[in-house]
Amino acid sequence: MLHKLYDWIDERLDITPIWRDIADHEVPEHVNPAHHFSAFVYCFGGLTFFVTVIQVLSGMFLTMYYVPDIVNAWESVKYLQTQVAHGQIVRGMHHWGASVVIVMIFLHTLRVFFQGAYKKPRELNWIVGVLLFFVMLGLGFTGYLLPWDNKAFFATQVGLEIAESVPYIGGDLKTLLAGDPEIVGAKTLARFFAIHVFFLPAALFALMGAHFIMIRRQGISGPL
Amino acid sequence: MQRGKGMKFVGDSRVPDKESRNKIPKDYSEYPGRTEAFWPNFLLKEWLVGAVFLIGFLCLVAAAPSPLEQQADPNNSSYIPLPDWYFLFLYELLKYEYAAAEYVVIGTVIIPGLGFGALLLAPFLDVGPDRKPSKRPIATGLMILGVAATIWLTYKSAAHVNWDERADYSVEAVPDVEIDEEHPGYEVFANNCLSCHGDSLQGNPGLGPSLVGIPYNEDQIKDIAQNGIGEMPSDQFDGTDEELNQLAEFIVSTNEQAAGEGEDSEEDSH
Ligand code: HEC
Ligand code: HEM
Repeated sequence: MLHKLYDWIDERLDITPIWRDIADHEVPEHVNPAHHFSAFVYCFGGLTFFVTVIQVLSGMFLTMYYVPDIVNAWESVKYLQTQVAHGQIVRGMHHWGASVVIVMIFLHTLRVFFQGAYKKPRELNWIVGVLLFFVMLGLGFTGYLLPWDNKAFFATQVGLEIAESVPYIGGDLKTLLAGDPEIVGAKTLARFFAIHVFFLPAALFALMGAHFIMIRRQGISGPL
Repeated sequence: MQRGKGMKFVGDSRVPDKESRNKIPKDYSEYPGRTEAFWPNFLLKEWLVGAVFLIGFLCLVAAAPSPLEQQADPNNSSYIPLPDWYFLFLYELLKYEYAAAEYVVIGTVIIPGLGFGALLLAPFLDVGPDRKPSKRPIATGLMILGVAATIWLTYKSAAHVNWDERADYSVEAVPDVEIDEEHPGYEVFANNCLSCHGDSLQGNPGLGPSLVGIPYNEDQIKDIAQNGIGEMPSDQFDGTDEELNQLAEFIVSTNEQAAGEGEDSEEDSH
């Protein structure tokens, strides 16, 4: 049945090459933890991806309840946390996932760095990787404001002051993020929400796509 | 590098060099060592690792509900800001004299800029052919230094935080009491005590404790309002005896109501 379906689609679209590109490749001995336990360090990239998937899915469910305005944001989070069935689990996954993903991306960066895997010919992938790191930090920063509790508000205020201290562009940068040169308020929350759920995820997906295409194209770096 | 039947590659990647492009790369089964097919053998193992990871992660989520503090109050001037833990290093860095005040650009732009800039450009700064960490001591050393500094700053910042006091910021720390703002004593409270004990008796971290669930009767509260207690200074109350009575009555009745509610909700849960 499945085979017939596959053949039917394949006849029209010739999907076999795509399939081969995605799944049909070798896993060399030196990255396989089944053969060398120390090869678990190669798992960190995959685990980063796994937690990212958790973040995207749990985040999608959070937006079913979350209301991005300063009157309702906090109430909606509190309602989700205390009244909605499994709301606490979904919020918990997104909350702890945000920390775990930073740990994983950090460990992944260290493994790539200490193995010298960023050297020729993988320079470009390293740069894409560091950009991914920045995007992740940006997601953490913008997401922290969204519950609109005291912690969120005052940390964001500090963050915006840091942005403001940048020479020349600092003031504009702060206004761009906060929506106002002085006030951290309704506009700030709306902007952070937009950045957190549209702008940065778009950048994240584009960069991850580039990252994975480059990995498949070049294969994993050889043993040290 | 020479591999296979005269195949030349760019470094050790699978991208063939110019001359040997467009030839079919060799099958993975011809790779040396105990090479395994990604599909389905290796993917199955990856899923097992993923499942174990997911179980551990869900245990964490179930064991530690994510925190929520009281609703943002921009006028709360005593609140001590705290960023998420992975920004603590920057937060701590800005406390150093030469990274703060008129030097703040050093702390916010120059030091992080150099650090992350070097990270971004690592492949062009460390251009030697060697990959082993021991064969590129400068890169390795700088990275260890950077990681150690980040961990140290994060640790120092977290050690400063008074976690017990921060627990008062949480929503759970607010007892569920209805504040009767119509009560004549409320206005007296707002004028004399609110600055330290909060607008709904919830307390104000660092200034004064919550006044919900205290064991005092009206006379004792009148005494505390005039003579202070422990760290609370004396003469906080300023007004007539009539107002003092209203104030004490307000605090006690709010406490009685809170205690009554506690019993109710216990009954509900049976
Ligand atoms: C300058 C800040 C400040 C003001 C203003 C203030 N308090 Fe206090 N209050 C405190 C502090 C600090 C404590 C904790 C004393 C201790 O336990 O060491 C306290 C404790 C108390 C307690 C005892 C609470 C307990 O759990 O034991 C009562 C009752 C109280 N205050 C009532 C009042 C009343 C009534 C007023 C208004 C007339 C008032 N306070 C104004 C700072 C203040
Ligand atoms: C969303 C974040 C990221 C995801 C999902 C991700 C995922 C992956 C995966 C699955 C691999 C395959 C090897 C492995 O798992 O170790 C990989 C390799 C690689 N990653 Fe990442 N990564 C991310 C961020 C980063 C960052 C922050 C860097 C560096 C700063 C980086 C640099 C690299 C490089 C250079 C390789 C090739 C390594 C080699 O061939 O040995 N990546 N990445």
